[in-house]
Amino acid sequence: MWNKRREEEPPKSFNPVVTPSAPPVTASAPPPATPKPVEVKKEITPVSSTPVGRFESVNSVNSIGKSVKVVGQIYSKEDLFVDGTVEGTVEASEHKVTIGPHGTIQGNIKAREVLVLGTIQGNVEAFERLEIRKDAKLLGDIRTARIVIEDGAYFKGSIDIIKPEPVKASSKPASSAPAPPAATPASAAASAAAPETRR
Amino acid sequence: MQFPESLRNVIRGSRGRPADPGVYRPPTSSRVAAATQDAASTRSSRGLEEFFSHIHGRSGLTLLDLGGATQQNVTFITDLGHKLYSEDFLQILGEASGTDSLAEQANPGRIDYFLRQALDYPDRHFDGVLIWDVLEYLAPAMLAAVIERLARIVRPGSCMLAFFHADDKLEAVPYYAFRIQDLKTLHVTQQGTRKPAQLFNNRSLEKLFSKSESVKFFLTKDRLREVVVKA
Repeated sequence: MWNKRREEEPPKSFNPVVTPSAPPVTASAPPPATPKPVEVKKEITPVSSTPVGRFESVNSVNSIGKSVKVVGQIYSKEDLFVDGTVEGTVEASEHKVTIGPHGTIQGNIKAREVLVLGTIQGNVEAFERLEIRKDAKLLGDIRTARIVIEDGAYFKGSIDIIKPEPVKASSKPASSAPAPPAATPASAAASAAAPETRR
Repeated sequence: MQFPESLRNVIRGSRGRPADPGVYRPPTSSRVAAATQDAASTRSSRGLEEFFSHIHGRSGLTLLDLGGATQQNVTFITDLGHKLYSEDFLQILGEASGTDSLAEQANPGRIDYFLRQALDYPDRHFDGVLIWDVLEYLAPAMLAAVIERLARIVRPGSCMLAFFHADDKLEAVPYYAFRIQDLKTLHVTQQGTRKPAQLFNNRSLEKLFSKSESVKFFLTKDRLREVVVKA
């Protein structure tokens, strides 16, 4: 009696799962019913692959949690998120430093980009951009190419806007520029003017 | 049926609990209410125009803004090629003297502490100071010390811009955030009201800045005196 009931019950539970996708694929007996859910999963995976792609594209970030205190100098070759306390300098010249809402830094910061949601007591040099969010606090002097200060942020100190470094960007074309002069004996000034004349 | 207190006050038509002294207060009289009808507005400012005319055509100057850092002011001044120092004068005042207790502002120790917090700069450091309306909230002793310190930290011939309410009978005056739109236009946003420590007429202002080279007054439609002081 018990065995018969068990045999009867499983097919009932399987049918509603399989029916949406299975009917056109297989009309065979119960044994192949087990691989059918796998096929359904395959249909779903392409949809869910987009967030996976986004996740993979995110840069790696070093993180200092809010219960961590660091005393000393930090040099980072990746983006850095600080939600703890740092007493000392932070340097990530080619990367972004984020001071989280619980983060406190007592020392100077030098980075490509700095985002402040917590507190900084020290000078900040952000080569590209500095953003001070609402409720953030920055006591110190700023040198940056671009600054964003939200209403409600507290800032005390000086702001020095520096021009973004076009030297590095222009040095690359300059290094590639000598090639055309080799082909055509013209001065560097003439080669620089060449694109304009082509237009 | 229980309502939250704020909702009960709305139902009764009251303004709610009276604010503690020193805390941002809602308007307490019809006169103040009339003065604060426009919470935010954009208006031309002769004082600002005069201030920038002094530094026109020059770049690389060092300016001090006592109204706290705002995106508009920072962008505008740095775009002109100047270096900007920012101090949130009223916030530091509140921290230095408790609330805005006038008695505490007369304490020499408090005055000294406040000056070290807000105006600790070398002599002749600035080419201009945007004072805005903060001087109205200083008690006489504190005000005298601040004016003296300002006179020291600005270069000779530099300019200062200050605002004072023209109505000398107001019990509480609105205080504002001033955001520079262009060389002669300000966006003014009311932040609340505050009891002024002193109110000034032209005579008292001339006396206040008597050591300066010149003092110019501009009276605005919203009854503010815009004062441009040349050091």
